[in-house]
Amino acid sequence: MSRQKPSGLAIWLGLSDNSFTRQKTVKFGDAAAVNSGRFYSLLTLAVLIVAWVVASAFELIEPFYWPSISGTWERLVKILGEGFRNTALHDHVGISVYRVLSGVFYGALVGIPLGFAMGLSSIGRGLFDPVVEFMRPIPPLALIPLIILWFGIDEFAKIFLLFLASLFIMTIAARSGVSSVRITKVHAAYSLGASKLQILRHVILPNALPEIFTGLRTSMGVCWGTVVAAELVAADKGLGSMIMIAKNFLQTDTVVIGIILIGIIGYIIELIMRRLEQWLIPWRGKG
Amino acid sequence: MAETAEIAIDRISMVYTLPDSEVDALNDVSLDIGKGEIMSVLGPSGCGKTTLLNIIAGFLSPTRGEVRVAGKPVKGPGAERGMVFQQGALFEWLSVTQNISFGPRMCGKDRAETADTVQRLLGIVGLVDFADKPVYQLSGGMQQRVALARCLANDPDVILMDEPLGALDALTREKMQGLVLRLWKDTGKTILLITHSVEEALFLGERLIVMAPRPGRIEKEFRLPFADEALEKPARDVKAGSEFVAAREEILSMIWDMEEEIMGDNG
Repeated sequence: MSRQKPSGLAIWLGLSDNSFTRQKTVKFGDAAAVNSGRFYSLLTLAVLIVAWVVASAFELIEPFYWPSISGTWERLVKILGEGFRNTALHDHVGISVYRVLSGVFYGALVGIPLGFAMGLSSIGRGLFDPVVEFMRPIPPLALIPLIILWFGIDEFAKIFLLFLASLFIMTIAARSGVSSVRITKVHAAYSLGASKLQILRHVILPNALPEIFTGLRTSMGVCWGTVVAAELVAADKGLGSMIMIAKNFLQTDTVVIGIILIGIIGYIIELIMRRLEQWLIPWRGKG
Repeated sequence: MAETAEIAIDRISMVYTLPDSEVDALNDVSLDIGKGEIMSVLGPSGCGKTTLLNIIAGFLSPTRGEVRVAGKPVKGPGAERGMVFQQGALFEWLSVTQNISFGPRMCGKDRAETADTVQRLLGIVGLVDFADKPVYQLSGGMQQRVALARCLANDPDVILMDEPLGALDALTREKMQGLVLRLWKDTGKTILLITHSVEEALFLGERLIVMAPRPGRIEKEFRLPFADEALEKPARDVKAGSEFVAAREEILSMIWDMEEEIMGDNG
């Protein structure tokens, strides 16, 4: 009996395994034998969309709870055209993204040197350890009331909150990157005549980059979640504020649009970070 | 006092203090290694051979005694004492060329001169075609050739090798042994090599030190003709010779007895 070669499409869809996996006799328990299952992903999406279309067509759900697909589309076109509350949709998106990028930037700017100090010096470790270990388990959202009391609700307050959210993630990532350097690499560098400063610059820093980047990725994700929540509490622009204001006007369709956008943008951020990582740190995990 | 030895190990002891005991990693060890000699060090685990190497390299300071290299007491690591490690000591974020030129760059050597040195070394270790590859794309044997070249690029007087071939497969290992011998002959460096392999120790050592544990000490020293022989005839012939086989058996049984003793103590 000859085996028929599956088509490229079938392999892409995950309906057939690639030639490598096809010849494995043991697949259960072998993580590498689990293919993309893309066909079923498309199926899930199709079921969700069909359910929405059907529910809309037969008016199965009150628009107050969940909008019709046509109504949502119309709303999206309207918001794209004239904006929401005098602000264009891309400005709502832009301001949220801007806040995240600023928060992560400042968090990295302070957190990376802090993590290096903690990983490289006993004094640095002793000084900052209590603060970092105490702040680590506190969700950034719990800090919102205090930050409002201190800084009010202007732009600075929001970026400061995101700065705090990313600061401790970045500090811990940098510290662990520094601590993970293999002593043989450091010894090798000393034996090649490198000074302490050169070892910091040419051995410890590049060695820590993969973990620093993981920290950046985590920061982005956490800050994206935090910015939306912070905007829910107090803001007049941004995706979070958009869905909160829409709720007050009982515009469920706008709320749903906002939620979908939040999901898509979060996913895009993650994809971009993964690409950047492959491009900037190709040696990751190869030491 | 005029000193003839390139590396003079002068009555060093190394004691590690634990909460409830003290461990004599090295006890009153003395040894002279002449300029241009290649010496191998062999011994069961716990005999202090890596501690000894780390003291010569300047990563550890002994509890008692002193090591002098070219007459100067060792206070810390330095570029005149090159190191080759077992594995994982290359900088995986750099290319082959950047790894090899690391030392000269750190020491601020002339760029054009460094580029020439790197080219020459790439030729010697047979990696000309891999010059711009990242090191993580190379096989284990190639990586160790980069490590040798990186060490040589600084033109150190002394090369300390800590199981440089330990992680390689048997075939690659034999080829690399030939390369180490050739480099030794061509450069006239003083080489101290630590290994677990009796065969490798016999083959690469003009002198061979067998160390014993608890306390770490030098048990016996051999003077061997095989390194010189191997420069004239094929390595396989040297290793198959009756002299070589006899020496191998003698040392193997010596180490076997030490291991037995350790096991007996524990049981």
